[in-house]
Amino acid sequence: MKAFAKWAAAAAALTAVVGLSAEPARAQGGKPIVIGSTLALTGPLSATGLVHKLTGEIYVDDLNKRGGLLGRKVEWLLKDDQSKPDLARTLYEQLITADKVDLLMGPYATGAILSSISVAQRYNKMLISHTMGIPSLAKYDMHFPAWSLGPDPATTVPTTAFDAVAQAPKPPKTIAIVTSKFPSVHFLSLGARDIAKKRGLTEVLFLEWEFGNRDFGPIAARVKDAKPDLVWSGNIGLEGNMLLEAMKKIDYTPPLHIHSYPAPGPMASAPETDKALALTIFEEHPPFTNNPAVAQFVRTFRERATAAGMPYTAVETQAAASYTAWQLLEAAAVATNSLDDKKMADWLKKSQVPTIQGTLRFDRGNNFGDDLMRIKQVQNKTWVTVWPKEYAAPGATIKMP
Amino acid sequence: MVVPSFGLLAQSILSGIFLGGMYGLVGLGLGLSWGLQRQINLTHFGFVFLSAYLCYQGATVWGVDPLLSLIIVIPVFFGIGVVMQWALARFRISAFNSLLVTFGLTVVIESLIQYVWTADFRKLHSAYGEIKFTVFGLYVPLPEFLAFVVSATLAVGIWALLRHSDLGKALRAMAEDAPIASAFGVNERAISLLLSGTCIALAGIAGAMFALTYTLTPTQIFSWVGVVFAAVMLGGLGNPLGPLLAGMIIGVSEAIAMTLFAPSWAPIVSFSLLILMLLFRPART
Repeated sequence: MKAFAKWAAAAAALTAVVGLSAEPARAQGGKPIVIGSTLALTGPLSATGLVHKLTGEIYVDDLNKRGGLLGRKVEWLLKDDQSKPDLARTLYEQLITADKVDLLMGPYATGAILSSISVAQRYNKMLISHTMGIPSLAKYDMHFPAWSLGPDPATTVPTTAFDAVAQAPKPPKTIAIVTSKFPSVHFLSLGARDIAKKRGLTEVLFLEWEFGNRDFGPIAARVKDAKPDLVWSGNIGLEGNMLLEAMKKIDYTPPLHIHSYPAPGPMASAPETDKALALTIFEEHPPFTNNPAVAQFVRTFRERATAAGMPYTAVETQAAASYTAWQLLEAAAVATNSLDDKKMADWLKKSQVPTIQGTLRFDRGNNFGDDLMRIKQVQNKTWVTVWPKEYAAPGATIKMP
Repeated sequence: MVVPSFGLLAQSILSGIFLGGMYGLVGLGLGLSWGLQRQINLTHFGFVFLSAYLCYQGATVWGVDPLLSLIIVIPVFFGIGVVMQWALARFRISAFNSLLVTFGLTVVIESLIQYVWTADFRKLHSAYGEIKFTVFGLYVPLPEFLAFVVSATLAVGIWALLRHSDLGKALRAMAEDAPIASAFGVNERAISLLLSGTCIALAGIAGAMFALTYTLTPTQIFSWVGVVFAAVMLGGLGNPLGPLLAGMIIGVSEAIAMTLFAPSWAPIVSFSLLILMLLFRPART
């Protein structure tokens, strides 16, 4: 009976969340619900921060069109943390104590998320984060990750990646692991090293560079010299592009190369990045876009990103994680018919919530659930999911240069 | 430590030389302004990026060759440099305060770039980027080669100008002792305006080369400050050849460290060199 009640609540939340704009607007009464958060609107993380801002605006607009949350209009109070975790901490304190927001939404990037978690914990507020990259650090029991990395991504993510490349026309036997020392990337690469060894891949090169490295020429030359079948490139932002540009300059294309968190636009558009593999949770193709509401979100995002002058207008991991965070918040409020942080957190812990990236649950280590990471590849300047098969774009398989 | 093949080591060193050339090009105007005018003009970094974005805009939106866009960028940036020097002199900004004022202006330039082009990454895909040639089995990409040639030509040209022309002698005299130079008929005000305009124009040239080689994002402005400062200080303030030579030493040292040891050792190299220089050659700074 308890199980039935749990599923009934989840179903109610699903109807509310995934139905989205299909649902007619209800009357909005009472004081608006204020949801407070910060994002990196300026500073080094702002390129991605703006994706989260746009996604949040689209979601809140749509939510209000559907009648708001619990019949009340939603206002999003967004502050700029300037990509600085210390400022994020101050601003979350301000949101709770001075602005007295009803609910919190998490910031973007692991450093700022960790800062906001500490504040949320002090005031017993629930916090849903967009992209918490290091699950082992998220120890607050009312923190919920919208990015479904699983509790042990250092094991599960490389396993998924190596499962994927095993399907390639010529599966790899040797591997070069080259990695940035950026925290949320580095531990994944160390995990990849262990998993590669366990799977019998011969490591022919292991290199680390400091985040902010400008010269990838020597790294590219060393990779070329090592002649690996597969390059695992633990990188974030532009590092992957810089490495591939450096390889191109010495006339080298690795047979298979997988990148952890490349900037999606530049990685999709450059000539030398064709056939690059990367991690993802969502791409703009079926089965992800089978839901009409999700397809509508993709269209709206493209329109508004184009209007905002953003060079890359596709919905992918970042926008999907952000959208998921809002879905979780709405689902918890609707299911509990409440804005009580404790009640909402308790519900999330017990529930499985359908989202844009799949069904999320929070019953494992540090409220992480299943690892829903998938593998995508640049094919003809477009990202397509290629693994696992059930999430692959229609007809898409791993291709090699 | 690994023992690399000759080809691998040579290719890595070449990569370091090209990177050093870029350090030298970005540091050229900064070093001249610092050494000859006693102004630590941080806007130099902002103008390098502004020029890079203008070249990007010209090439991607209007179809203008990035090098041709310098026909507009150089005079405009020269004018901006003149106006900036006029303002700094008008308000009697001291050498130390110039650091603060120009830092503020750099933040303004960064915000302007972010407002116009957003914080997202921008890559100028030009025909130059596709061209490379091989020399003794080493790959030489055209954009990097071009940047190095421009960097070396400008450094040598300005060095010759400072060494052998009346204008150069006047500039050096002004840097030594401005009041005495004025007493000998050097028009300090006019020369300062000319020098400032030239330095910002040099930033404009560096920006075009930067756009051909690197992907752009506004916040990268500050990531170049540390290593270019190191190149300028290592090379000697006011010496046009210094930043290029020091940049090459840093670039090659970093490349060798990356090849023989680990890429993560590279930043240690440049700043260790700077510390050693400060310890053993304090008179140069």
